[in-house]
Amino acid sequence: MLAPAAVLFVLFMAAPIVYTLVLSLQKTQVSGLGLGSGSRKTVFAGLSNYAAALGDPDFVSSVGRVGLYGLIVVPTMLILALVFALLLDSRRTRLVGFSRVVIFLPYAVPAVISSLLWGFLYLPSVSPFVDLATSLGIPAPNLLSPNSVIFAIANIALWGGVGFNMVVMYTSLKAIPSDIYEAARLDGAGEIQVAIRIKIPIILPSLIMTAIFSLIATLQVFAEPTTLKPLTNSISSTYTPLMKVYRDAFTRNDVYSASATSIVIAVAIFALSFFFLRVVQKRAFEEN
Amino acid sequence: MRRSIRAAIGAGVLATALALTGCTSGGGGGSSSSGDGGGLGSAANPVKLTFWGWAPNMDKVVAEYNATHKNIQVTYVKTDAGDPAVTKLLTAIKAGSGAPDLMQAEYQKIPTLVSADAVVDIKKDVAASTTAKFSKGVLSSVTLGSDALYGIPQDSGPMMFYYREDIFKKLGISVPTTWAEYADAAKKIHDADPTNYLGTFSSADAGEFAGLTQQAGASWWGSKGDAWSVDIDSKAATKVASYWGGLVQSGVIDNEPQYTPAWNKGLADGTQVGWVSAVWAPGVLSGNAPGTAGKWRMAPLPQWSAGENATGNWGGSAIAVTSQSKHVKAAVSFNTWLNTSKTAVSMLVKTSGLYPADTVESKDALASGSSFFSNQPDFYTTAAKVAKTVKPFTYGPNVNVAYSAFNDQFGKAAQAKSQQAFVDALQQMQKITVSDLKSSGFTVKK
Repeated sequence: MLAPAAVLFVLFMAAPIVYTLVLSLQKTQVSGLGLGSGSRKTVFAGLSNYAAALGDPDFVSSVGRVGLYGLIVVPTMLILALVFALLLDSRRTRLVGFSRVVIFLPYAVPAVISSLLWGFLYLPSVSPFVDLATSLGIPAPNLLSPNSVIFAIANIALWGGVGFNMVVMYTSLKAIPSDIYEAARLDGAGEIQVAIRIKIPIILPSLIMTAIFSLIATLQVFAEPTTLKPLTNSISSTYTPLMKVYRDAFTRNDVYSASATSIVIAVAIFALSFFFLRVVQKRAFEEN
Repeated sequence: MRRSIRAAIGAGVLATALALTGCTSGGGGGSSSSGDGGGLGSAANPVKLTFWGWAPNMDKVVAEYNATHKNIQVTYVKTDAGDPAVTKLLTAIKAGSGAPDLMQAEYQKIPTLVSADAVVDIKKDVAASTTAKFSKGVLSSVTLGSDALYGIPQDSGPMMFYYREDIFKKLGISVPTTWAEYADAAKKIHDADPTNYLGTFSSADAGEFAGLTQQAGASWWGSKGDAWSVDIDSKAATKVASYWGGLVQSGVIDNEPQYTPAWNKGLADGTQVGWVSAVWAPGVLSGNAPGTAGKWRMAPLPQWSAGENATGNWGGSAIAVTSQSKHVKAAVSFNTWLNTSKTAVSMLVKTSGLYPADTVESKDALASGSSFFSNQPDFYTTAAKVAKTVKPFTYGPNVNVAYSAFNDQFGKAAQAKSQQAFVDALQQMQKITVSDLKSSGFTVKK
C-alpha cells in the first residue's frame, strides 16, 4: 500500500538529498586560464565547502537577520490568526463567510506577486500612501531604508500567512462539540472566558502545528526579499540564507558551495523543529 | 470509399512533390543534406531554432526572418536582460536540456559562458567576409584573443551622456564637458528643485560603473600566460568611485537603483534630468518615457580633464550558439543574417534602437538618425565619433562574482551616503574577486 509513496519519496526527496550531499563534497578545479572546453574539472573537496559556509560572515549575518525576522513574523502572525479565528467563531460576528474569504485571500496570491504589489506601495516616489501623507503634511517613513526594510518584508509575509493559519485554527474550533460551550455558559462564562479557558486549550495541537509550519517558512524566506531587491540598496544578495544559496548556485555558478550551505540550512531547520516540538509537546500533551 | 482512397493517394503524391520542390528552392545556397542534424532545412521540413534575447522589438526582426526564410524557422523567447539570462542558460546547460539554440550574451559574460562550456566555437561555420564587417575591438570580445569565435557581435555600447535639453535651457546650464562641470550642473539642478537629480548612482548596474572606470583608464582583469590578474581597485577606478561617492554624499545626485518603477517615473516626469548611459539609451527612453520624445539630447561623456576624448563601454552584446544546439549550421546562418544583413541591421537601428556592431551594413540606417531624437539629426554621426574613443578593457572569467560583489558592496555604500564607503566598497570587490579566482584554482598574479 505504501509502495507509491515510497517510490515518490525516493525519487523526489531521498535522491535529491543524496545528490546534494554528494555535490557538497566537491568543488571545481580550473587549469590554465579556465577558457575553452575541458579546462574545468570537478574534484573531491572534503568538508571545505561546509567550513567555508559556516565561516562566511555574510552567511552568519543572514542567519541573524532571519532570526530577527522570525521573531517579528511568527508571534505576530500566530496571534493575529488566532484572534481572527476566535472572532469568526464567536457567536456575535456577522458576515462570517465574507470575512473569512477576505482574510484568507492574500494566501492565494503568490508571494512574488504580492511582493511586487507591496514594492510599489513602499517605493516613495510611486506610493499612493506617501502621496497621501505628504498632502496631509505628515512625514512618510521610507519603508525600504536599511532599518525598516525587515519590517517591510515581514509585513508581506504576514498577510500571506495569517489567512492560512487562521483557516487551520478555525477548522479545529469548528470541531469542538457545542455542548461544552453550553456547559460553560451555564456556569456563567462569557465569550472571552470561553475563548481563553476552553477554546485555546482544546485547539493547542493545531496551534503547535501552525507554529512549526511558520517556523519552517520563516527559515526559508526567499521570494519576498528577492522580489524587493531590485528596488532598493537595502537588500543584499545574501540577505537571507536561501538567497545566499541562490546567489552561489546561479550567480556565482558554484553549485557545490551552494549545496553545502543548503545542507546546513536543512539540518538547522530539522533541529529547530525537533527541539521546538520536544519542548512544547511536554507542556501541551503530557499535562492532559 | 474508393474515391477517398484515391484522393488520399493523390494528396500524398502532391505533398511529396511540394516537399521536393520546396526542398530545392528553399535550400537555395545550401545544397546540403536532407533535414539531418547539421543541415539547413527545407520549406517542407524547416529547421526549428529557438533564440533567447531581450533587445527591444527583437520579435519583429525575427518575424521578418521567418517570413523570408522558409527553410529555417526561429522562435524568439524574450528573457530578462543581463544576469538572469545567463543564470537561466547556465542552469539549462548544467541540467543537460532546455537551452535555446541561440542566445544573446553581453560581451562581458562571454568568458564566463565559454569556461562553463555553454557556447560553442563557430569559427569554421562563419565566413571571413562576415567577420570582416566588425571592428577589431568588438571582434576581440568574441574571440577572447584566441583563434576561436564564440559569437557574432550584434551591438556595441559606447557610453555617452543624455540630458533634458529643455530643463538645461530653463536653468541656463551649459552641457558639462568635464566631470567637474557635471558635479556643478548636478548641484545647480538639485538646488533649483530638490526633487530633481542630474542622475543617480545605481548599485544595480555594475556594467555602467565598469564602463565609467574604463573611461578613466581602468581594466579590471588581465591575462598573461596562464595567470589572471585582477586590478579592480586601481588608481583610476578608485578616482571614479570616490567621485561618485562624493556626489552621493553631498546629495546632489540620487542614490537609488536604476530600472525601478520609481526611476522610470523619474525619466517620464522630468525629475531625472540626465542619464549617463550608452548608445542604446534611445530604446530605453522611448520605452519608459515616450512622452519626452524630442526633449532629450545626447552629448559625449564628460571627461576627467578638459580636452580629453575617452569613453567606456556599457553593454553591447553578441549572439552565441549554445553547446546544446543540434543545428549549429542553421543557427549560424540565422545569426549571420541577423547581424550582418542589410535588412536586419537597419531594423536593429530603426525598430530596436540598437547601435549595430556591423560597421558596413549599418551605414545607411545610421545616416537617417534616431526617431526619438528627432531634435538631434546628427545623433548617429556624433555616436560614431564617440564610439571611436572607447578605451581598452579586459573582462575576466568571474565577471559574475565581481558584479554580484558590486551590487552588494556599492548597495551598502550608496545607502551609507559616504564617499569613504565607496572607496571601501571597491576594495572589497577586489578582495572578493581575487579570493574567488584563487579558490577555483586559477593562478592569480597582481
